[in-house]
Amino acid sequence: MFGLFRISAAINGAALLVVVYFLVVRGWRAINWTFLTQPPVDSMTKGGILPCIIGTLCLSIGAIAVALPIGVASAIYLHEYARPGKVVRLIRLAINNLAGVPSVVFGLFGLAFFVVYLDMGVSILAGSLTLGALTLPVIIGSTEEALRAVPDTYREASLGLGATKWQTIYRVVLPTALPGILTGAILGISRAAGETAPIMFTAAVFFTPSLPTSIFDEIMALPYHIYVLATAGTDIEATRPLQYGTALVLIALVLGLNLVAIIYRARLRRDR
Amino acid sequence: MMLRNSMQNSLKMSTEDLDFYYGDFHALYGITLDFYENQVTALIGPSGCGKSTLLRCLNRMNDLISYSRADGKVLLDGDDIYDPNVDVVALRRHVGMVFQKPNPFPKSIFENVAYGLRVNGVKDKSFLAERVETSLKQAALWDEVKERLHDSALGLSGGQQQRLCIARAMAVEPEVLLMDEPASALDPIATQKIEELIHQLKDTYTIIIVTHNMQQAARVSDVTAFFYLGKLIEVDQTETIFTRPNLQETSDYITGRFG
Repeated sequence: MFGLFRISAAINGAALLVVVYFLVVRGWRAINWTFLTQPPVDSMTKGGILPCIIGTLCLSIGAIAVALPIGVASAIYLHEYARPGKVVRLIRLAINNLAGVPSVVFGLFGLAFFVVYLDMGVSILAGSLTLGALTLPVIIGSTEEALRAVPDTYREASLGLGATKWQTIYRVVLPTALPGILTGAILGISRAAGETAPIMFTAAVFFTPSLPTSIFDEIMALPYHIYVLATAGTDIEATRPLQYGTALVLIALVLGLNLVAIIYRARLRRDR
Repeated sequence: MMLRNSMQNSLKMSTEDLDFYYGDFHALYGITLDFYENQVTALIGPSGCGKSTLLRCLNRMNDLISYSRADGKVLLDGDDIYDPNVDVVALRRHVGMVFQKPNPFPKSIFENVAYGLRVNGVKDKSFLAERVETSLKQAALWDEVKERLHDSALGLSGGQQQRLCIARAMAVEPEVLLMDEPASALDPIATQKIEELIHQLKDTYTIIIVTHNMQQAARVSDVTAFFYLGKLIEVDQTETIFTRPNLQETSDYITGRFG
């Protein structure tokens, strides 16, 4: 029985390795300095993917800027302030369902609400808000988890010294929960960075050679660029190396972000 | 229950006909008890007798438990701390608490002791440093930690952590110090240090200590109150309680026949 569990766990590691191996083998030839620092040329059959890298970075930062404050504040309310009851159950139900909503539905919601109704247009802002909404449940969940892991004895000690509830949360609970919160945030970012459906209607465009100058600009993005090259490019077969190269850059970005989270968390823990 | 106050100390805190409920559970029945300045009062009794509940009523720590309720009065210098106009945060600055398990914050030794002052708005660095040093000296910890004030408090031994928690509580200069089995998680040597500390601290503070340990109550306290099933059974000078208690129940508990 134990062996079965071990095999199940091993499959996870193997899956990641296979994906990375596959991308590296097929994509590494496409990667060079030009690829990383130039815009696409010749109907996107040559050149680089710089606008896509910048675009994805903008969207990820934007999404986290939206989701982190709202998510952490929600989790603090739910875990530290709210008395258990109907309202809290309802909010939790909503969050759990939000986590289950397919990402394309977020895309359509973003299009209808941010792009059209709030008149933001197809833009970094609209895309960030849409991705932020998608990331919220992840952030709320991991923040609540982190708050739950803070021993009540810390709260009692702080209140016992004449600290207010907010001082207790701000000075003791949040710093203690910070590694967990940041882990959640980075997992949220890496999920947002890889999403295609939510941004195809709200932020990303087929092609733009220029880099964004404001949050109201439309942008190219890595996942959408892969999708475009693989399904709607002018010469799909000829651009295969570019597709794999782009995918490799995307996964390197996501894994890199996760690595930063892991190192940062380890450092915070060690400093205790 | 009135107590002959042979030591001529003035009354600091008292409860008057205090009832306490956790939801439907009636945890304390009409407790009337006085606590005198510069005395150590020990609350003893078997598990679940309400002694910790009573302690936590004295700084309203029980407020944190939902569906709990207190009836009756708890007076600090004559004012009812359960009065709706009382600022609970301010109350807890006057009535400090040391918990059963050492619970230092995951911060440096210095920041742990400075915490109570910082949340009270103290920013003056030299004042903070001075208070931290005084408090650590009062808690007999200064010599062991003065070289590493900025190291994590979690690196200290259990006994050191508990003395740190005592220093932390004293830094805000409370008038009453509540101790909830402060030595129960410690080894005999650390326990002895805490007990010596309690002896010294009563010159400055009113100390109320919950303990499971009969010998400890006998060693550190001036007055002992015995609780059973949520009721105050007997209270008297510690010596009297331990040598010739009035009631059979008290005698049975102290001699270890139950509990």
